[in-house]
Amino acid sequence: MTAPDFADEVVTRALVRYLDVPGIPGEFALITLDNGHDHTRPSTFGPAGLQSLSDALDEIEAHRPKVAAVGVTGKPFVFAVGADITGVPLIAHRDQALEIARAGHRVYCRIKDLDVPTFAFVNGAVMGGGLELALHCDYRTLSSSAAAIAFPECFLGLVPGWGGTQLLPNLIGPANAVKVIVENPLNQNKMLKPKEAVALGIADELLDSADFLVESLRWAAKVLDGSTPVERPAAERGQAWQQAVAAGRGLVDARLHGAAPAPYRALDLIALAETADFGAGTAAEDEALADLIMTDELRSGLYSFDLVNKRAKRPAGAPDKSLARKVTKVGIVGAGLMASQLALLFARRLEVPVVLTDVDQARIDKGVGYVHTELDKQQARGRLSPDKANRLKALVTGSLGKAAFADADFVIEAVFEELSVKKAVFAELEGYLSDEAILATNTSSLSITEIAADLRHPERVVGFHFFNPVAVLPLLEIVRGTATDDASLATAFAVARTLKKSAVLVSDAPAFVVNRLLTRFLGEVTAAVDEGTPIEVADRALDPLGLPMSPFVLLALVGPAVALHVAGTMHAAFPDRYAVSDNLRRLVEAGKPGIYTWDTGSQQLDPEVAALFQHGDSPSTEEQVRERALSALAEEIGLMLEAGVVAEAADIDLCMLLGAGWPFHLGGITPYLDRTGISEKVLGRRFTTPGVASLPA
Amino acid sequence: MSVPSRREPRHLRDVVFVDGARTPFGKSSKGMYTETRADDMIVSVIRELVRRHPQLPPDRIDDVAIAAATQIGDQGLTLGRIAAILAGLPRSVPGFSIDRMCAGAMTAVTSVSGSIAFGAYDVAIAGGVEHMGRHPMAEGADPNPRFLADNLVSLDALSMGVTAENLHDRFPQLTRDRADRFALRSQEKVAKAYAEGKIQPDLVPVATRSAEAGWGLASKDEPPRPGTTLEGLAELRTPFRPHGRVTAGNAAGLNDGATACIMAAEGVAAELELPVRMRLVGYGFAGVEPEVMGVGPIPATERALRSTGLSIDDIGLFELNEAFAVQVLAFLDHYGIDDDDPRVNQYGGAIAFGHPLASSGVRLMTQLARQFADHPEVRYGLTAMCVGLGQGGAVIWENPHYEDGGR
Repeated sequence: MTAPDFADEVVTRALVRYLDVPGIPGEFALITLDNGHDHTRPSTFGPAGLQSLSDALDEIEAHRPKVAAVGVTGKPFVFAVGADITGVPLIAHRDQALEIARAGHRVYCRIKDLDVPTFAFVNGAVMGGGLELALHCDYRTLSSSAAAIAFPECFLGLVPGWGGTQLLPNLIGPANAVKVIVENPLNQNKMLKPKEAVALGIADELLDSADFLVESLRWAAKVLDGSTPVERPAAERGQAWQQAVAAGRGLVDARLHGAAPAPYRALDLIALAETADFGAGTAAEDEALADLIMTDELRSGLYSFDLVNKRAKRPAGAPDKSLARKVTKVGIVGAGLMASQLALLFARRLEVPVVLTDVDQARIDKGVGYVHTELDKQQARGRLSPDKANRLKALVTGSLGKAAFADADFVIEAVFEELSVKKAVFAELEGYLSDEAILATNTSSLSITEIAADLRHPERVVGFHFFNPVAVLPLLEIVRGTATDDASLATAFAVARTLKKSAVLVSDAPAFVVNRLLTRFLGEVTAAVDEGTPIEVADRALDPLGLPMSPFVLLALVGPAVALHVAGTMHAAFPDRYAVSDNLRRLVEAGKPGIYTWDTGSQQLDPEVAALFQHGDSPSTEEQVRERALSALAEEIGLMLEAGVVAEAADIDLCMLLGAGWPFHLGGITPYLDRTGISEKVLGRRFTTPGVASLPA
Repeated sequence: MSVPSRREPRHLRDVVFVDGARTPFGKSSKGMYTETRADDMIVSVIRELVRRHPQLPPDRIDDVAIAAATQIGDQGLTLGRIAAILAGLPRSVPGFSIDRMCAGAMTAVTSVSGSIAFGAYDVAIAGGVEHMGRHPMAEGADPNPRFLADNLVSLDALSMGVTAENLHDRFPQLTRDRADRFALRSQEKVAKAYAEGKIQPDLVPVATRSAEAGWGLASKDEPPRPGTTLEGLAELRTPFRPHGRVTAGNAAGLNDGATACIMAAEGVAAELELPVRMRLVGYGFAGVEPEVMGVGPIPATERALRSTGLSIDDIGLFELNEAFAVQVLAFLDHYGIDDDDPRVNQYGGAIAFGHPLASSGVRLMTQLARQFADHPEVRYGLTAMCVGLGQGGAVIWENPHYEDGGR
């Protein structure tokens, strides 16, 4: 059986030219990988692309006189970024998946087995299968401007199985290979800089981008005539190898608790690479790829990747961009920590004047001081030039009076989470602002419609809900009230884009998306504790999901007081589904930052909290807690979709990926609820059809 | 370098040609540089010069003067400055653009040399680039209607081929046959020079992009036609005039290329242990009737000779740009030099190599410098060229290898 037809494959062609290179006797066959598009559509390998590469090798082998050497390079700014994953959702059978793995190996091995020296001139972005192609060559040069050097496979749910797991550890050593193949992908898919890649030994020579190809050919000539020896340290074998793999396994366990198979398979393959011959190693890669391609975790990973890279850039339901008004000055009401973080972000990204107001000068000074200190830190780290830091600092000022907002086009409030306070602030602002200036609220749970209700111009009010820490989490929930008009909404989306946040349009429902779901989820886990489940058992119950943190660590991050406040709001809105835990109230009243302490250096249950908590007498098992929490999520999401809080389940998933940091292998959350049968059980239906974020039926 | 105070008299400094290099020249029509940017080409040459002379600290380069006849797009934006930035020279190194049509690079050399002699600079890079495929001659030009209305310049003057035909009219003894024979020798001499390895050392390979064919490498000139015969030349049509004399065979083509060189004060070259391939003696530019711009090198040479106190008999080697065979022949006739005098264009000329307008001047110099090394018996050499709209440029050089010419 062959791979399914990739009808939409953007074919990367392998173009061959025979070059007369000064210093090289004979012809140098240079293969250029080019998919015919500019750098915004990087070259990838689907079946037709691999065939083109194979054809190129046929041609080179048949060429007479025999070539002196073979090189591979890419179109401008891109070498190749790996296998074409767009076809993976079409794969319905394991033998098709196996064939894809083998097809890559068949072609790449031909390069490795050529009887003339081979060179990869890595001129630009190189990931996954592109990097593996380079690793099959005898020698590698790397451009000083190459972007995105990485094996992102484990990030998606795959392994670098076109030779990467076998070649890389033998080239750069097992510890470095574990870092590149496993650790970096799990660390927000971190990419390498060219200097780092050369320091690791992934490439032999770093060359300036200005004349990269010519200098690469000159370097090749010197390697071929022996005047430039290429020396590489031998990878340390034996115990060091096993230790490196074991250290990687420890790291993956701590992060995932076995929730996603790919990093474990990658570690197994790296372990194998110590002793296996290349044929046996690549055969094991074939099996691993075939297994992984046929997992729901990978399908969800690809779905998540697509959401984050495509849906997040074209928010569903956002009005036409052309309606957006210019924002040339920003006002921020409040000068507390949240307001200060917002001031920093707006100044950095919008580069327009930002005015903070508060009720007392000391708080204003503190807020402005925070921004200046953060800018100083960025300057000290070399991320801002002194001129830029001066410019940004000058942009951020404070004022006691709101008259300073008179010419602002966008004012956001970050004051106390209390409806009457927010209404009063906006009513006062209307006296100073133009009729069209946007009034944005960073409320996490109050109704936008109610906040806007008594204003002269309620159509200008939008919800603009950030996630903490503002600089880290990319999500912004943009909330439309009943009166909000398209121009205001379009302006909010335009501002979000300039802030480099991914905005999702949500309707004016209590706590919007992320906080509503996290509060429900946390509420169920807390309720289980209240009923008598040991804290450790309840908190461990969700480990099999591989969430970024356990429920009670999340509670500490949010802060028990905030969590209690939101729980109260949600209880008021949906008393039958949201409770206010007495234990949580006790925690807040005792002024505890959480149920754990980290005083000893490791996470431990705070004994005072343990004494404080009161437990019922009907404990649950881990499984019961997990099922309860997940069922609650399924129920809540079902209700949210019914009420039209967001356009589609995909938007819920996007919010959880970007606002809660929930992992790719869960697909956010709805694909996981589908594949574990929970949505079926709770709602009698799936959120998405089989094959969208899961294996096809 | 000593800075003269206002009270002391200035001392002129000798200026030397340290080294020059160029890209292989390409054909503008469907040639190897079709998808290669002009600025990338000049950057390749500048980087090569810096790479070849690691003893020259880049921050000692006091200016980068780069010529282009059509300063648009990738040849615009103060090309000398952008080339310096793109080449990775320190930000402290300034740069500027030069235009004297075909004599752009030559003018870049004389301009920075003047500044060096004057004491303002120690070391400078001078060169030129022309991508006639991306930027055809006179692209975007807007000639003043007064040229015609006031009879300042006839339409003839705006087409270089027509001015060459005009030269044939003015000098009836310059027949098409003489022009074709000269052209044939140019092709033969280029082939011989390549075979002897005289050309390759000054070439900088350039990676050439082609979306259809993949990356290539330009490592030799594309325009030469080694198999040229007199019979073949005689059959070519005369595009500028029915039954005319100027053909694609006895003229330079439309070409793409870049050249650059390092110029330095002689004392600074010694201090930095830079080589000295030629010593600048003098130069001159002159205007002539635009309708016969090809005679420009004659009055320009006269000026250069006059200012240096030399006579044409002192010149042992000539590098004359071959925009058109007739225009070189006019020069040779003027000075009573035979058409096939071995002192003239030993490696052949632009008829075979090509003539990417503003870049050609430095090609003449790199070739003269190489001939100097082979001819220590020669003391002086001349590089000269004609310029559109009726100008000529001439630069006289001294051979540092001449007997005790190294001083």
